[in-house]
Amino acid sequence: MKYEIVQDILDARKLTQVVASEKDGALVTFAGIVRGNNRGKKVLFLEYEAYPDMAVKMMRRIGDEIEKTWGLTSVAMQHRVGRLNVGETSILIVVSAPHRDDAFAACQYAINRFKRIVPIWKKEIFEDGELWVEGPVEALEAAKE
Amino acid sequence: MKIHLKLFAGVRELAGQDDVELDVDEGTTAGGLWERLLTDHPKLSGYTEIIQVAVNQDLVDRGVKLKPDDEVAFLPPVSGG
Repeated sequence: MKYEIVQDILDARKLTQVVASEKDGALVTFAGIVRGNNRGKKVLFLEYEAYPDMAVKMMRRIGDEIEKTWGLTSVAMQHRVGRLNVGETSILIVVSAPHRDDAFAACQYAINRFKRIVPIWKKEIFEDGELWVEGPVEALEAAKE
Repeated sequence: MKIHLKLFAGVRELAGQDDVELDVDEGTTAGGLWERLLTDHPKLSGYTEIIQVAVNQDLVDRGVKLKPDDEVAFLPPVSGG
């Protein structure tokens, strides 16, 4: 298991090697990519900022939830911070499982949960300005124990 | 007592600071610290209803009393992924 906030370019192939194993026949990778537009506006680039210690703690928690629900421990997540250009990968989530149904389900759970509880923020930079994107207000509330 | 305050994203920019050490009175709550921050940076008032508070990287209620050396973070709604 590997949970990281990184500055460098994300490499999906490298990350899959962390979780792949002989007992697993399915490996699902989710990659989040910087879109060139949002709400009809052209995006020049993004800036991501994280609270790294807490972000890793929350990623570990998502990993624990996946273990509880699906019994899977082969999970890895990386999120990149700093300036990201259109087309670059902002996040990678890799889940390996004996069979595909669990791998798909756990990976989808991981990205949905990630977007709600991991303290990372993105700023969109347009030709005529910039904007910190703020997600649903109730999202983090749900992560209180 | 000393606490460590961490600010991020929109809150960080409006306050013009990210990591600071602050001296606060014993018994100060997380919410009380936010009120103090508002006094110094009134522009942050728009965040009052939407921020979450983390103490030592755990989400807590605003009524939680701070302890010496706590790391307190006021988090805008997240938008990673």
